[in-house]
Parts: sequence; structure tokens; C-alpha cells
Amino acid sequence: MSKEKKGVRLDHISKIYQDPKTGKDFYAVKDTSLNIEPGSFVTLLGPSGCGKTTTLRMIAGFESPDEGEIYLGDEAINALTPNKRDTAMVFQSYALLPHYNVFDNVAYGLKLRKVAKNEIQERVMRILDLVELTGMEGRMTNQLSGGQQQRVALARALVIEPSVLLFDEPLSNLDAKLRVSMRTEIRRIQQEVGITAIYVTHDQSEAMALSDNIIIMNKGVVAQMGSPQEIYYHPNSEFVADFIGEANFLKGSLEKMDGNHAILNVEGHPTRVPAREGMSAGTGYTVVLRPESAVLRDEGGLPCEVTLSCFMGSYQNYHVKVGDTLVKLTDYNPKNKRIYQVGENCSLVFDPESVHIL
Amino acid sequence: MAKSQSAALDRKKLMADPVMVGTIVVLITFLTLFILYPLAILLVDSFYGGEGFTIDTFQRILSMPTFVTAIGNTLKVGFLVGILSTIVGLLFAYVEVYVKMWRIVGGLFKVVSMLPVVSPPFVLSLSMIMLFGKAGIITRQWLKIYDNSVYGFWGIVIVQTLTFFPVCYMMLKGLLKNIDPSLEEAARDMGASRWKVFATVTFPLLLPGLGNAFLVTFIESIADFANPMIIGGSYDTLATTIYLQITGAYDKEGAAAMAVVLLCITLGMFIVQKYYLEAKTAATLTGKASRGRMLIADRSVTVPLTILCSLATIFVIMMYACVPIGALFPTWGYKFTPLTFKWFGQVFTRYHGLQAFRDSFVLSLIAAPITALLSMIISYLVVKRKFRSKGFIEAVSMLAMAVPGTVLGVGYIRGFSGGVFHTGFLQGLYGSAAILVIVFVVRSLPTGTRSGISALRQIDKSIEESAYDMGADSFKVFMTVTLPLIKDSFLSGLVTAFVRSITAISAIILLVTPSVYLITVQINEFAEKGAYSIACAFATILILITYGSVLLMNLFIKYFGTSRKLKPEKVKKAKTKRINIQVIKEG
Repeated sequence: MSKEKKGVRLDHISKIYQDPKTGKDFYAVKDTSLNIEPGSFVTLLGPSGCGKTTTLRMIAGFESPDEGEIYLGDEAINALTPNKRDTAMVFQSYALLPHYNVFDNVAYGLKLRKVAKNEIQERVMRILDLVELTGMEGRMTNQLSGGQQQRVALARALVIEPSVLLFDEPLSNLDAKLRVSMRTEIRRIQQEVGITAIYVTHDQSEAMALSDNIIIMNKGVVAQMGSPQEIYYHPNSEFVADFIGEANFLKGSLEKMDGNHAILNVEGHPTRVPAREGMSAGTGYTVVLRPESAVLRDEGGLPCEVTLSCFMGSYQNYHVKVGDTLVKLTDYNPKNKRIYQVGENCSLVFDPESVHIL
Repeated sequence: MAKSQSAALDRKKLMADPVMVGTIVVLITFLTLFILYPLAILLVDSFYGGEGFTIDTFQRILSMPTFVTAIGNTLKVGFLVGILSTIVGLLFAYVEVYVKMWRIVGGLFKVVSMLPVVSPPFVLSLSMIMLFGKAGIITRQWLKIYDNSVYGFWGIVIVQTLTFFPVCYMMLKGLLKNIDPSLEEAARDMGASRWKVFATVTFPLLLPGLGNAFLVTFIESIADFANPMIIGGSYDTLATTIYLQITGAYDKEGAAAMAVVLLCITLGMFIVQKYYLEAKTAATLTGKASRGRMLIADRSVTVPLTILCSLATIFVIMMYACVPIGALFPTWGYKFTPLTFKWFGQVFTRYHGLQAFRDSFVLSLIAAPITALLSMIISYLVVKRKFRSKGFIEAVSMLAMAVPGTVLGVGYIRGFSGGVFHTGFLQGLYGSAAILVIVFVVRSLPTGTRSGISALRQIDKSIEESAYDMGADSFKVFMTVTLPLIKDSFLSGLVTAFVRSITAISAIILLVTPSVYLITVQINEFAEKGAYSIACAFATILILITYGSVLLMNLFIKYFGTSRKLKPEKVKKAKTKRINIQVIKEG
């Protein structure tokens, strides 16, 4: 595609809704500023009601922001109707036109743009080839499987060569296996076409697998934005740490600094963690410990007691108690390892570099 | 928090869509001019007596004994008809949904629920008089009663109940089907008898629905003009009193004030029904029945119920059948043989039959597509779009449902005979055929809008959004997506509008001029004169036309509707799935 790629910029965007029960106004999206680079794949991730879909629908033009301005490239698009915006959306329910066959569904946008007939034919067939639906063009949409319908929806959005592709939880109606293969597909096609894509989901593994950048939203505001690695290893809040992957939180007050490390008092035991700027003695801090980044040993770490020990195949699942804090662990590849049983006292060991201090 | 920016942006987006803005403006103008304005002018006229505000007109009409009696009569009839129709409707609905019965009874039910739709409103009054009146076949020929009077209170009550109970039956059938059978099974399991289950589970769940059905029939009965006109005799209801006030006493101010009273009654009930009972019904009966219901097969229940219902249906069908048969007798009540077509002949040779059928047919044929399209556009706007005046459009088009035809007719007389606001503007409309078409449209608009709204609610909002997102403007979305998807609803709206228009009388009879002949007006005229055979001949042909168009519609939907295109595929898909499973089993 020869078209110039465009980014999307949200400048202090807010959207106010009225609660239908109480009649009170509230911010569905509040003072959100984003800059999405041309050609990048960005995911809006968050629990339901966090404002991610509202944000997407504002970019598409179905909702109008109450504050701020949305830019597509350099153009302010607030006042444009959806049909005048150079965006194309893939809907959660696919939203295929049930009275058209596959070909006509994909050709719909091109016909509206008065593209010549033979060019429509050629472009539709090329896109259908890209989404691997060649030979299906004569089928009615209700003769297709969920995954195929999803491909048609994607083809329909791609064929008009929009500047930005919008996805509204497109895989949530598919079964788990198909979801995994479709997301690989979506990533492949996006890379091939090189289009800017904004993708809304509540599924963190989808976000991880697809995105160049993840934007985590909570209660209408952006909680954190960054690459999947940044967000996983360096979450900036308990909410983000808990939402992406599983997280244990160890709390302790700072005893002393030791070079690049800080020594925290966790449940009465000195614990070495990486230091960050601006720490002061006596203050309480929270440490994020991922379940896979610690192991159980007989000694040498935080003393703990096993409360659950469960074989899961690829890993052994432990729940241990460090003082009053519950810590969940996954010990991968448990074959030939010492397995701790419920009630055993042992020691929680981790590398200071593998934890993150908030 | 200020939502001003989004409101401004939404407005801007709307303005960028000239077709949509144009449509909204036209709609609002139409609704205001032809629904709101005629009603408003009634209020103004009855309170404004030349020099300022006055309640003289109301004092005057309230001092007329005939009017006060009419109010009492109307309410009495409406109340009783409401109750009787609900009871009979409930019986039919219960038997259909709960009781195992012979196929043929189900067929009879279908016929009975269909008949009032395709027949002009006063057919039952006609046959009531012909069967049970002074010269009635049953009363005079069989029972040898020579002075039986069917005119008056009981005549109206019986005829209206028979006319309106199918409405209750259809409403309650829908509700009963939505009751989850496991609720009743749970009660049975706990040891309740069938009667106990009905009294403690089914009935309470149904109560708001029954109230709803009662009020709907109450309103219909109050608004009914044709039946009281023919069978009421000297027993006047509000609708007939208003009519006589205009055509007999030439007292237009008085009629306007009376119309206001009638409107207030129906409007009050309509508001209770719409905003209180309908919401309650929806709240108690949510969700679909999870699975099929075990039908009652106990013969001690099925046999009496089946016999009772069959007798009732046969009675109703016989009443309707009396009309075409009556048109074949040489002299009704006195000379029955040989059967003759002379009345049908006279319809065309002596009584402007051809012209009446042509006028009715052509005017209804013009009104039907306008109505169908308008109601689909209104439902599209109401369900799928958001804009400021949406509430107004929805409210006014629903309001038309609560306005009795007689009130509308008086409103049009007051509103247009001297032009809009007596200024002479649009005066040419009055007395023309165009105003009849407009009345047809207004009278059928609420039904069409209602079915359009429920059809559109079933379509995922994102289908239209996706078309919009692909670059289609509102007009394109409506034409290429919305309309094709609700084609069935559009087609049936078309036919409903046609049938309602061609059988309409209440508002029309006040507005029709001698230059236009309408079938219903002719039937009414002959029935009033006692020329029943001619009236029957007219009615028979009318029923044939309406029934024919319904049949045609069903055929059309079957072959060209969306259902054909989409449904068989699903069946095929289901079949292949089953085959797949079998293959896997064998493998």
C-alpha cells in the first residue's frame, strides 16, 4: 500500500456519561493524552468499564469527546462523522452485512467510494487472498465459521486502505484455540500492510502477543503505557502489576541502602531488593514478585510455610505464607525436583534483580 | 462537568448529513402539522371563545344530559368490554399455550385472530343484527321471538368483546410463552395442584400483562365509533355523540370540547398502560422460556376446554360468515331462496360500487407505502440514531395511538376547514382526497412504527455502524443496510397500513366529501338505513380485497423476503454439522 502512514494523537480527551440508574454524570474517559506512532500496533487494555472501548469509539467518530481534540496525522477530526474519517473498524460482533455475500461485504466500502468495477474485483480478491479466504467470495456470511467471519471483517476494513485500523475486542467471540491462531494472523497482516492499528481488549495475553505498545487503562485514565516488557517487568502501580500477569506484593519498610540495593524489612526479615531513586529509611515500600521468579529452598531466604502444593503438569503450584502475606509460586519443570508438601516450613528465595519495587 | 463540547460536536456531525437533517425536519413538520396541531386546536377552540379564555363551552356541554349520559355509557361499556375481552383472550391464550389440543382447534384460533384484522370494524354489528335482531335468523326464524332487541348496551358489549378479544389473545399468548415452564414445574414438584399453580404462579406473573390487555381493549372500546353507531341504537357513546354533534347539531365548538374530554380519557389510560403497565410486564416476564412446556394432556381438562373454545370460535366464525351469506339471500329475514347475486349487482349498478372501490383502493394504495416508509424511517431514527428532537418524534408518533379517530376527525375539521389557525393557509387540503390520505397515514403510523421498532431492536447496532464506518452516509446506511434487513417488517407494515386504511371509518366519516365515495362510509350508510343486504355485499367484497392482499403479502414474503434468503442456509448448516458429528463418531 502506497499510502502515507498516519499516527493518532489524543489531546486531553474526556468523555462524560450519565449513569442511567442515578442520573449522575461521570467521566468514562478522563483527561487522556496519547500519541500513537504511525505504523505501530497499540493495544488499549483494561478491565471492563475502564473506558477503552469509549476511547476507540471516539477515534472512530461514533462518540464525541467532551473535552480535548483528536488528531489523525495532523488533522483535527473531532467534528468529522465516522463515514468521513479515514479509519476502519473491526467490530466485536463482526457486524457483517447479513444480506450480502463475502465478496459484496468486502466490496461495500469500495463501491461507496465509487471505485471502478474491475479495480474493485482486483482489490477485493487480493485482500481475500491476504486473509486466506480465496474461493469463499460467493458464500453468504452465515455459512462461515466464526474465524472466517472475523477474516471477512478484517478484509472489509483493510480493503479501503484506511490510515488507521481499529479493533474492538475482535476475538472475544471465538474459542480459545482459534483466538490464539487469529491473533498471530492479525499481527502478520498488520506487519505485512504496515498499517497503524489500535486494538481494544481485556485479554492480557492477546495484548502481549500483538502489540508494540500497550496502554493500560483504569477507571477512565491511562494507568501506564509502554512496551509489553516494560509493563510486565516495571509496572508503575499495584493495579498494573496485578492486571498484567500474576503478581505477589511483599510489603516492608526500608532498613538501609546498600549500594544499588535496598534492604527492606519484610515480615521481620531483612530482604535485598533493587533500589530506586528517592527512597528514605523507615518508609514502607511494595515489591512486586512474579510467581515464576522465586523458588522454594530449604533455607537461605524468607522463612515461609507451604499452604498449597499442587501438580499442574508443566509446573508445581505453591501457595506459601510469609508471615501474614500469601505468596503464589509457579515452579516450572518440577520433574526430579524436591516437592514441598503442605505444612512444611521452608524458605522463599529470589534474585534481587528479578523483582521490581514500586 | 459540562457535556457542551460533545453536544456541539454531535450537532455538527448531524448537520454534515443534509439528507438526515432534511428527513428530520420533514418528519417533525408532518407530525406537528397533522397530529399535534389538530389536537392543540381542539384545546384552543374549546377554551377560547372569541374574547379570551373561557370555560363556557365546557359548561355548556356538561349541562347537556345527553353528553353526561354518553360519558357514563362509554365508560361502562369500555370497562365491561375490557374485562370480558381479557377473560376470553386469557382463556384462548391459556388453552393454546398450555393444553394439548387437536390441530384443527389451533387452526380455528388462527382464523379467529385474523378475522378482525381483515374485516371492516362494524361487520360484527351487522351480523349481530342479522342473526339476533328483530328479523334475525336465529331469534325470529328458529326461536320465534319476534321482538328481540339487540340494540343498546348489551349489543355493543357483545359485539365489541367479539371484535377485540383476539387482540388480548395475541398479547397474552406472547406473555404466556415467555413464562419459564420450570417455575411452574417447581411449584408442581412442591405439591401444588394444577389449579393452585395457575392461581399462585402463572396468574400473578401474568397480572400486569392482564392489566395491560384490559387497558388496551378499554381504550379501543372507548375509541370505537362504528359499532356503537350501528348497534347502539339510542344508546350513545362519546364517539357517536361527537359525530352527531357535528353532523346533526352543527355545533363544532361543542364537538371540539367533547373531543377534548374523550381525548383526555384515552390519553390518561394510554399513559398508565404505556409507562406503568408495559414496564411492569417487561420486568416480571423477562427472558425466554428455557425449554418446551409439558402440555396438559389430562382429558378432564382438555375435553371441556377444547369444546368451550371450539364453540366460541365457531360462534365467531359464524358471525363473520353471516356477512357473505347475508348478501346472497333475496330478502334477509323473509325470503331465503333462491340465492341471488342481485345485491352484488346492485352494488355496482346502483350504488356507485365501482367508484367506491376505486376511491378506497386508490387512496389506501397511496397511503400504504407512505405509511410504511415513514414508520420505518421513524423507527430507524428512534432505535439507531441519537439527536435532540428524537424524543419528540417518538412521543408524537406513539401519541397518535391514543387518539380516537373521531377526535382526530374533529381536530382536522377545526384545524383545516379554515386553513391552519384559520388563516386560510393549506385550506385547499380540507375536503380534498389528500386529507383522507393523510388521515390514513396518521391512523396507521403507530402500528407500523411499533413493529418497525421491535424489528430494528433485534438487529445488532454495530451492523449499521460498520456500514457508517465504511463511508456510507445515513441515507446510504438506511437504503443498503437497514431497509433490506427489515424487509419483512416493511412489507407487513405496507399491507397492515393498506388494510387499516381501506377498513377505516371513524375519522374518515367526518372528513369525507360527497365527491369521494369510500366503501366503509357506504357500508355504514346502508347499515344505518337498514339495507343490510347491500351493506353485506359491500362488506363481503371489502373482506375479499383485504384478505387477498394479506395472502399476497405472505406469498411475497415467502419468496422475496429476507427470511427465505437467510433461513434455509441456517438449516443447511445445522444439518451439515450433524453429519460432521456422525462422521466423527464413525471415525
